[in-house]
Amino acid sequence: METKELICINCPMGCPLTVTLENGVVTSVTGNTCKRGEIYAKKEVTSPTRIVTSTVKVEQGNTPMISVKTKEDIPKGKIFECVEALKDVVVKAPIHIGDVVLENVADTGVDIVATKEAKRI
Amino acid sequence: MKQYDIVIIGGGPAGLAAAVSARDNGIERILILERDKELGGILNQCIHNGFGLHTFKEELTGPEYADRFAQQVYERNIEYKLNTMVMDISKEKVVTAMNKEDGLFEIQAKAVILAMGCRERSRGALNIPGYRPAGIYSAGTAQRLVNMEGFMPGREVVILGSGDIGLIMARRMTLEGAKVKVVAELMPYSGGLKRNIVQCLNDYDIPLKLSHTVVDIKGKERLESVTIAEVDGKGKPIPGTEEEYTCDTLLLSVGLIPENELSSSMGVQMNRITSGPVVNESLETNIDGVFACGNVLHVHDLVDFVSEEAKAAGKNAARYVQDMGLEDDGQTIMLNPENGVRYTVPSTVRPAHMEDTMTVRFRVGNVYKNHYISVYYDDERMMHRKRQILAPGEMEQVILKKEDLLKHPGMKTITIKLEEE
Repeated sequence: METKELICINCPMGCPLTVTLENGVVTSVTGNTCKRGEIYAKKEVTSPTRIVTSTVKVEQGNTPMISVKTKEDIPKGKIFECVEALKDVVVKAPIHIGDVVLENVADTGVDIVATKEAKRI
Repeated sequence: MKQYDIVIIGGGPAGLAAAVSARDNGIERILILERDKELGGILNQCIHNGFGLHTFKEELTGPEYADRFAQQVYERNIEYKLNTMVMDISKEKVVTAMNKEDGLFEIQAKAVILAMGCRERSRGALNIPGYRPAGIYSAGTAQRLVNMEGFMPGREVVILGSGDIGLIMARRMTLEGAKVKVVAELMPYSGGLKRNIVQCLNDYDIPLKLSHTVVDIKGKERLESVTIAEVDGKGKPIPGTEEEYTCDTLLLSVGLIPENELSSSMGVQMNRITSGPVVNESLETNIDGVFACGNVLHVHDLVDFVSEEAKAAGKNAARYVQDMGLEDDGQTIMLNPENGVRYTVPSTVRPAHMEDTMTVRFRVGNVYKNHYISVYYDDERMMHRKRQILAPGEMEQVILKKEDLLKHPGMKTITIKLEEE
């Protein structure tokens, strides 16, 4: 048996949650005031994911860099690998919002897409 | 002098939504004046996601949210001028502005919408003792440097204030390779969203020290260290609790202040609590035909509410231009914030001028658990809604109905307050 402590992020209550796991399976969630806390806790201890946002350099653009994001959320443990992979990415303008900047970042199966336009100058 | 029906000061989320709404309500001659090189305002530097859940039912990044509204402005061929600084607005609604192409120029507006947003509170406003070395930035300045200009402000970081921008920057600096040593918060609670505390601090093991503040800054040329101490209930540092952190960067995330120099100098009446204009149900200031919306009016927590408010301001400004000289029926009800409710926007309501419903937005002054939000029509309690938690970081709202107000013709005051039962 294993227990994990979390803070619920669904509202300003910030309920302190205690999750009990047995062989990786959630057996109980306590400390939550509502159902959302339980759903959050189950997801967060079994497969925590995040959308990662960052920037990449732009060549021949009207801006030195553009912002980017993972198109979907990726495993929390892959965040640093993801940012590391973006370090050397340089894109050439023009770039439109939604354009794929890097495919399958850090073997997550998720693409990095532009969240900002860069016009060619 | 060039003439416009509506001139909008600021091309951020408030200005853009107001412009779109004014056009959709029939106004042709609209001009947006923006001092930056692009539309979108501060959203352009907020590259994290979480914007637009209410408006678009999806989570967008700041630049994406800004683009959605900018596209609506382009589609409608609404005029705008970038790199343009507004210098003055007269009571007669003559706007004086300048830029590189036009030089200094004047515009006569029939209506003006103030949408200048807000500024960060600076070190000077905090009276932190110590040296004045390089390496001390407001969190938003650091955000612009990292996300838009491509510069890293430093490598070892201490953050004072746990507002959302500070929390977001703690994560951003970490992902860019910096070491964020601690976030110190003067208050016993954080002003930031729980989600940001978990996903920006806890995810990266960055400690948050509540009831702590900076008591000393060392370093003559460049910042060398920051000393943090615990404070007592009155915000005074407790001797013996000092801890020194070596660092080259201090970020300040200690509050936002509506930017109202233009408003004040034209004679717009200000609210002492919000530092924004006093407005009526139409979001109109004490000067006829001058409206305000977004963070220049009061600091919002979510941009979705800014867009919503700006939409109303744009519509009301359009209506003002279309039937100038609308007569008042005389009844003005005061909105009175009391007992934990710090302010309300708007401050007054004229039932004859309101839409079927009106959103009154406010913030509370402390963290309250299991309290009721109550609304009184004069002395009669009309609304009583239990809330598990209320916190200063979250904007609250109640919705007033026109038909209810019209049933109380002699009403002088609507009081909004917190009650324990």
